[in-house]
Amino acid sequence: MEYDLTCESVCKKFGEFTAVDDVSFQIPSGSFFSILGPSGCGKTTLMRMIAGFESTTSGDIKIKGNSVLSLPPNKRNVKMVFQHLALFPMMNVFENIAYGLRCQGVGKEEIKRKVQDVLERVSLPDVGSKEISQLSGGQKQRIAIARCMVLDPDVLLLDEPLGALDLKLRESMKIELKLLQHQFNTTFIYITHDQSEALVMSDNVAVMNQGRFEQIGTPQALYHKPASAFVAGFVGDANRWSGRVVEGADGAVKVQTDGGLSLVGTAAGGSLSGSGTDVEIFVRPEFITVARAKGDAPAQVNGQNHQRGVVDSLLFNGANSRVLVRSTNNQLIEADFLLTGGTDDLKPGDAVDLSWSIERSACFQAARG
Amino acid sequence: MKRTVLSGVVAAALLAAGTSANAETLRLLTWGSYAPEKVIEMFEEKYPDIEVEVTFSNNEEMISKLRATGGAGFDLAQPSHDRVHAAQLEYNIYKPLDISKINTANMDQTLLAGVKTNTTIEGDLFSVPHQWGTSGLMADKSKAPNFSSWADLCNPEYQGKTSMRLKRTILLGTAFAMGEDPFAAYSDLKKYQSILDRVADKLIECKSNIKAYWKGGDDLSSMMLSGEIVASETWDSTAYKLFDQNKNIVFIPPKEGALAWIDTFTLPRKGKADDAAYKWINFVMQPDIVPLVSGSSGAIAAVNGGVDLMPEDKRAAVKAAFDDAAIANLKFFANIPPGIEDMEGKTLEKIKAATGG
Amino acid sequence: MDKDIKRLSLILLMAPFALWILLLIIIPHVGIFLLSLREKISYKEFTYGLGNYIEFLNEPIYWNTLLRTGSMSLLVTILALLIGFPVAYYIAKVARKKSKGALFLLCLLPLWVSELIRTFGWILLLRETGVVSGFLQTIGIIDQPVEFLYNDVTVIMGLVYTVMLFMIVPLVSTLDGMDDAMVEAGYNLGGSGFTVLRRIIIPYAMPGIVAGSIVVFMLAAGSYLTPILLGGKNSSWFTEQIYDQFITRYNWESGAAFGFLLLAFTSIVVWLGLRLTGQSLATTVAKD
Repeated sequence: MEYDLTCESVCKKFGEFTAVDDVSFQIPSGSFFSILGPSGCGKTTLMRMIAGFESTTSGDIKIKGNSVLSLPPNKRNVKMVFQHLALFPMMNVFENIAYGLRCQGVGKEEIKRKVQDVLERVSLPDVGSKEISQLSGGQKQRIAIARCMVLDPDVLLLDEPLGALDLKLRESMKIELKLLQHQFNTTFIYITHDQSEALVMSDNVAVMNQGRFEQIGTPQALYHKPASAFVAGFVGDANRWSGRVVEGADGAVKVQTDGGLSLVGTAAGGSLSGSGTDVEIFVRPEFITVARAKGDAPAQVNGQNHQRGVVDSLLFNGANSRVLVRSTNNQLIEADFLLTGGTDDLKPGDAVDLSWSIERSACFQAARG
Repeated sequence: MKRTVLSGVVAAALLAAGTSANAETLRLLTWGSYAPEKVIEMFEEKYPDIEVEVTFSNNEEMISKLRATGGAGFDLAQPSHDRVHAAQLEYNIYKPLDISKINTANMDQTLLAGVKTNTTIEGDLFSVPHQWGTSGLMADKSKAPNFSSWADLCNPEYQGKTSMRLKRTILLGTAFAMGEDPFAAYSDLKKYQSILDRVADKLIECKSNIKAYWKGGDDLSSMMLSGEIVASETWDSTAYKLFDQNKNIVFIPPKEGALAWIDTFTLPRKGKADDAAYKWINFVMQPDIVPLVSGSSGAIAAVNGGVDLMPEDKRAAVKAAFDDAAIANLKFFANIPPGIEDMEGKTLEKIKAATGG
Repeated sequence: MDKDIKRLSLILLMAPFALWILLLIIIPHVGIFLLSLREKISYKEFTYGLGNYIEFLNEPIYWNTLLRTGSMSLLVTILALLIGFPVAYYIAKVARKKSKGALFLLCLLPLWVSELIRTFGWILLLRETGVVSGFLQTIGIIDQPVEFLYNDVTVIMGLVYTVMLFMIVPLVSTLDGMDDAMVEAGYNLGGSGFTVLRRIIIPYAMPGIVAGSIVVFMLAAGSYLTPILLGGKNSSWFTEQIYDQFITRYNWESGAAFGFLLLAFTSIVVWLGLRLTGQSLATTVAKD
């Protein structure tokens, strides 16, 4: 397999502070790769090192197999879409796109042809003569990408370019970006702190925390098989309890939460250190089934955890609606539930039975300290 | 705290209002060193009701200032004797003096008579003399022992070592050095223009010989003291000051005659404190005050024995510079008729703009 | 009712400004202009016409001085820009927040002393027996005193020093507004340092460059003491000409005409500059 970008043990230190700590990864050609992490996790520094705006403290960065550490930013075939796009306000759209070609010394006629070509590919064939200030937010976005793509880069870096857009536009741009990436078939590296952007668009996502990669994988893998408590908490929603192991170390383990729930979970992220170990338990709301309570006690099914409770409140959000259930020992549990608006909908105060699979209860050893 | 400040301001305002109600202000328009702080203090002590305000100026600016206001804003001015007549005729900025209010007994009668002749218009007298002095040359005797004529400024022997002020004095001096009498030619403007043209040629030719044109007493003094130049056209007072620091630097009355000026007392037309002005005139002409003013200005008071009333160092400088023949040879500036300044101004511009080094 | 109150408050707010403009700018200029049309025939006799302006055109000394003043001011402007731009870039983009203030203060320093004192400072340094000449002799570069004073180079140096702040301030404020990402984008898209400077930084800073240049040019052309005191035997400056007309020659009429000519001349140069750079007053000096 061919790799467009390879990072080998890349480190960056600012004095005593380590911003990027021993990061290694490879990105296959033509894929959409996201680096997801909270602000300050080092993702921007990593990207600036790839672009050449920061030097590495140690490690190597290779593009198409060749180290680029000795190349200045203007000699690397890595283009970048900046957070606020950094379109040049004193040039019109055509000039913005032609800038890079002029730097390469491309002939006049060819510049015209290439600019028009790329404008058509981003579906804005008629804006060439417009000023930047006349464009809408989404158009600016596309021009910023076109300005890079016209240079046919090996890798395109995108630094949270959707951050400045409003919600509706952001949603549609996510899809559009994905389509553009398919169309150009260029490797995109997308930096974001927004997990939904990363999950929707990417072929692969790296979750970054405190300078390190916690996990690299497909969006599904991250979501369903998080490798660490941080990934489980950062990607997607989850009920999160801390507790300790009552029995077991691998596979199914019996745990007791600090709030007094007892349940059976599955050890994740490696084996646990046996009974008494502090753990973090994650259960996603969509895996908890809600049913009206029948009888004196919840029916027991093998491989399931059960809990009786009372509806505390309804969180209506269309298809993503939830109920907040207060368990008998006064713990709040979130569960997905379809609210249809009919007469049989749950109401606060209704008694319910919750059940969820043991497999879907991931137990991570809690961080020491 | 705020209240104290406020009451202080109010008190100050009241105080100011009080003094302005009782006291008169004497607004002097005069030359740089003609009203030393010490003399003002003594005057205000003697006349506690009069407050003296001084504005320093020169001949041209005095006339311009008074012209702009039609003679208002000042109570006593001190233009030179040759600048009163034309300015009064053209701009009507002065008012006649009442000579009876001035103590003239002690004044140098020759100078008084001269000023009277110069500044009497249709029977009205406008000015009395205050101090007089000369414009001439100075040289460092050790480096330029034979310096004696206006023409020596352009002598190649002193290439790059002389200076002059590009104003009317040097035009007149050069004219005298060429054997002309520019003052006599004042009445015939055509003739005066031809003199000026020849003077301009001479001074343009001379440009390469001089180091720089000086613009004020300070730059002249430092060029002379540092030895960057060895001789220059100068005001006598500047030369006297330098003599005090370096006994080799002496004032030299040119052999064509030093150009003499008399600074006067003249009342601006819209002055408001005439009595105070007369008091000031009589006060500074007293024999015990004269040395203070002369010491500051370097000029000789127009009183009997004016030279002897100069402070010791200045007197020595004057005595070193002038003998009786030189005094007899003085050329007093003649009244400038209208139009002359324009002609001279043009000539000066021509010289400045010419490329001669 | 509401409208009336609004209009009244607008009038009241604008009144001091309008009065200031009217009393201190417009009326004196109209007066000067009328004065400049008055011709002095002889003593106390006047007529009206363009004689003063015609005299200016007929006398090469006058318009040569004006052209000289203009071209030297232009040179001062260019030098101030060449020196000021890197300084401004450093202050706006490289220096840390804390040192910015200190650097600004350094630029302000020349303006803390009066023009006269500042000029005398230059005189002390540059005269034949001055500090620079002495120093060069001590270290053996020259073997006899050299006069650095009294020539055009000194005048230009003194003026550049004086006007530097007025070039740097507008430059810093425009460069401050430039997103660093813009420069990085310039490099990222393949531009060399020179390309980035020429195609991105300078065009972006153009409003500041033009604003600074206008102010500096006006200041230089209108300065008086520095060119007079530092200038040599031949270095005449147009303001000196105006002063001479007004003060030593009592020729207010011609002085007024000269004043107007200087105003017209500088306005034309500024207008040409704006045309050439494709800027307007609204995008430069009056930029919000």
